[in-house]
Amino acid sequence: MAYLELKNIYKTYGTDENATEVLSNINLSIEEGEFVAIVGFTGSGKTTLVNLINGLLEPTKGEVLFKGKPVEGTSHERGVIFQNYSLLPWLTVEQNVLMAVKEAFPKREKAVYKRKAAYYIDMVGLTPAINKLPKELSGGMRQRVAVARALSMKPDMIIMDEPLGALDALTRGTLQDQILNIWGKDKRTALLITNDVDEGIYMADRIIPLRPGPNATLGPEFKIDIERPRDKTEMNDNPNYKKTRNAIIEYLMDIGEERKSQVSEEFVLPDLAPKDFVNQFR
Amino acid sequence: MKQSVTLGKVTKFMGLGFLSTFKDLFTGKLEKEDYKAFLRKVIVPVASVLLFLGLWHLGAKSLYNVEAEFRIEKALNEQGQVAADEMAACIASGDISCQPNTLPSPSQVWASFQSLLNDHALISADKAAFKEKTATLNEKRVAEGKDPIVYTGRPSFVDQIFRSLKTVFAGFFLALLIAVPLGIFIGLSPTLKSAFNWFIQIFKPVSPVVWYLLVFMIVKTLLIDSSEDSSFSISFIAVGLCSMWATLVNTSMGVSSVDKDYINVAKVLKLGNFQKVFKVVLPSSLPLIFTGLKITLSVAWMVLIAIELLAQSPGLGLFVWEEFQNGANDSNAKIIVAMFVIGIIGFLLDRLMLSIQNAVSFEKTDAI
Repeated sequence: MAYLELKNIYKTYGTDENATEVLSNINLSIEEGEFVAIVGFTGSGKTTLVNLINGLLEPTKGEVLFKGKPVEGTSHERGVIFQNYSLLPWLTVEQNVLMAVKEAFPKREKAVYKRKAAYYIDMVGLTPAINKLPKELSGGMRQRVAVARALSMKPDMIIMDEPLGALDALTRGTLQDQILNIWGKDKRTALLITNDVDEGIYMADRIIPLRPGPNATLGPEFKIDIERPRDKTEMNDNPNYKKTRNAIIEYLMDIGEERKSQVSEEFVLPDLAPKDFVNQFR
Repeated sequence: MKQSVTLGKVTKFMGLGFLSTFKDLFTGKLEKEDYKAFLRKVIVPVASVLLFLGLWHLGAKSLYNVEAEFRIEKALNEQGQVAADEMAACIASGDISCQPNTLPSPSQVWASFQSLLNDHALISADKAAFKEKTATLNEKRVAEGKDPIVYTGRPSFVDQIFRSLKTVFAGFFLALLIAVPLGIFIGLSPTLKSAFNWFIQIFKPVSPVVWYLLVFMIVKTLLIDSSEDSSFSISFIAVGLCSMWATLVNTSMGVSSVDKDYINVAKVLKLGNFQKVFKVVLPSSLPLIFTGLKITLSVAWMVLIAIELLAQSPGLGLFVWEEFQNGANDSNAKIIVAMFVIGIIGFLLDRLMLSIQNAVSFEKTDAI
């Protein structure tokens, strides 16, 4: 039985004539210890897919099964690393991590919490910045805090929603290695959402392209048969790498072409206005 | 890295950055391009103050002349030429009995200010003397279980300032204690929001005078058995009720519009409701709550004067009213002194809240 299974998932936003079907007929199964990457264009519904898996959203139709049981709400078993880090700006690095540790392991002594938090902060190499506020950190450091926070809950599965999207290429590379290291240590199941094909090939066992939304659906999977640990420079000469990379990019390009030729259709924007809270009191 | 606290940082934090420009001027630290900034930040305000004083002086002088001419004319029409000449001579001599009563000039106001300070010194000395005189007697009375004799002379201007500050802070804390918790509940629950919406909309625009009357009706009955002076309680409760609305609205808005990312974090970490409110919702709405409190304090200070006046509660408001009723030759000048004192204290209170607000604020981008 698969570790995580998505069965015929449909997700629609809005109702009636304003309804937009973002995801349609998504089927996915991930085995225990696997590292799967989902690659897709911006706006193709990747974040919606992630939120369905971590429990922040519910599918309109279909079922998300985690360890054979349907997903109902969020759980400490599935750690999430958000696209925009989502650290709480008024807490220090340590406090941000402590908050997660305390929730995941209730009723321990304070010293135990501190030690756990320190362990995970050390794992991402942020011990010197332990008492800093997020605003005093660089983007890469902030994302490392988010990684530490997600890992500190000892999740069985790590879900990453474009975690490195906003970082520069060098920081990206180091963080990719760090994440792979951590994943390799106790072989947790991992799901990476990304828009970078190379990142997917470097990190994952399998790559599944997400055809762009509305009505986004998963494309055929590509297996990455490159031995771990992988080396970026060596990989460039690996014939397997080239073949897979070209195949994926070709596939994505074809979708892009398809998408362009369909653009003639007119999009009617929903009539939305910001929630006018202030005026209600005036 | 340890951050050192310097004059520059403190003044900048307080929003009084021009003070450090002053310091640079005297320590010769100014560069050539700084002179432009110096001109704009120091010379221009000083010049505008001088211009203001000049216009005020001229205006007061012409009003004085209008009033003087009117008096002379009146004397001429009613009592004839001799009385008119007498009146003109009297006014020119500066005799107190016949001075025109109008807008005082800056110099008169300054003189009144100093006489108020002298008055304060006199009363303080008097108080100290009284304390000394009654010290032994009071000790005896306390030992016998009686109340000590207290000073019951009139309060000085400075005493009244402190009394006003006491009232305004009592009112402010009352507003804080009511509006912040209530705002949090309203912000958290749409049901409570619709329950309280009419209440907020109807009571928010009510004038301070009406609030005072309402509080008066209630407190008068509540304290019906007490012989103590209820004017202080009435005035601070009325101030609190008048000024709490900004905090109430801002708090509920802050609480109900917490960033979705933070809420997602709370959900993913599976925080309980209590934890969610205290660890995520409240900290993230603190900046807005403090914006509300800042408005509340300035509104409280503004309505205080009117309410003290109505409640006959000693303070700046009563001072202004009594001086107006008094009609002595320097009463008008004292009113203007009170006006400036009120304005300056209001400004300082605003700065105080601004510094607190800056200290608790954060940018959403701080964490991205």
